[in-house]
Amino acid sequence: MLEGFAVVYHPASGATHLLASPVPEILATIAPGRGAATVAEILQRLAATFDLDGDGLAVVTARLAELEAAGLVRRA
Amino acid sequence: MRHEIRLKIGPVRFRVGSDWAGPVAALRSLYREYPAADGVPDYSVRLEATRPWRRFIRPSVAVRGDHMLPDALPLDLAHGVLAAEIGMNLQLALGERRWLLLHASSVARDGRALIMTGESGSGKSTLAAVLAARGWRLMGDEFALVDLVTGEVRAFPRATSLKNEAIDEMLLHVAEDRFGAELIGTPKGRLRHLRPDARAIAAMDEPATPALILFPRFGPPEGAEAMGEAETFVRLTQASTNYVPLRRAGYDALTRLVTSVPAVAVDYPDTDSAVALVEHLWAGL
Repeated sequence: MLEGFAVVYHPASGATHLLASPVPEILATIAPGRGAATVAEILQRLAATFDLDGDGLAVVTARLAELEAAGLVRRA
Repeated sequence: MRHEIRLKIGPVRFRVGSDWAGPVAALRSLYREYPAADGVPDYSVRLEATRPWRRFIRPSVAVRGDHMLPDALPLDLAHGVLAAEIGMNLQLALGERRWLLLHASSVARDGRALIMTGESGSGKSTLAAVLAARGWRLMGDEFALVDLVTGEVRAFPRATSLKNEAIDEMLLHVAEDRFGAELIGTPKGRLRHLRPDARAIAAMDEPATPALILFPRFGPPEGAEAMGEAETFVRLTQASTNYVPLRRAGYDALTRLVTSVPAVAVDYPDTDSAVALVEHLWAGL
């Protein structure tokens, strides 16, 4: 973590990403060991640790689309 | 090739071959105090005529080597030293995998290194040369080589390349016999090389531990502002010529540098205030 940014090195692409909250938290919910999840399951896992407000679904959906475009997550 | 010189600058060995005697003679003069470059060269640079007849008629120099950019423009033969310098920089920038290369000048004191990075024109070369004239050890004006294992900086003290007003500025600080010939009308304007002092050459194989990273910017008002780790990280990935091909090793080296060494953006209106700022920041470490 650098000043609140998570610095992520992606070996497959060789690219480095700086991720701002809540992206690192979203990634943590589907980290190796916790397994793949649907958007609804990701929201549930986030809600176990964080207080989510009303537009949680929209935020998670938008951030997942960005992560997918960056090649950091993959749709099963 | 017809003419050749071998150079060892810090840990890097070059062989520079040329179709003409002029650029090699100029390099021989600039690097006359450097130790002999024994051993196998790491990089070869070739200064070749763009066409066979161009060796004689309006001679035009193409820079060639192991690593090349496809659209590099040929240079006037009168600027052959610049062609050699560009060639050497290019080989290192594109080919080097032993160190993380930062496009930065660096100086050292008591075994600790000050790294200065910024765009062309930020004054990083001039600042390094002025600090060297004031007792710091010059490590390099173009590249800082960050060791991937130890995190130390290796020196690459090639002749300092001064442009335009920086030439006149340095003539105030350093005797003229340390300068090479002035090149006029190069793609970068007026250009003149400054030979590093004997101390910089004698210590060129000694690494230094990075202690401070500066992002200098020439121009008023005078000021200094601490830079956060995330911004420093991003700026240094942009200042590195080989961060991407080094892959994980580059990421690890840069992360270590950024998290262990403070970074400051400094604005300075003249070299005296820059030196005072540097000394102030250094004393506060």
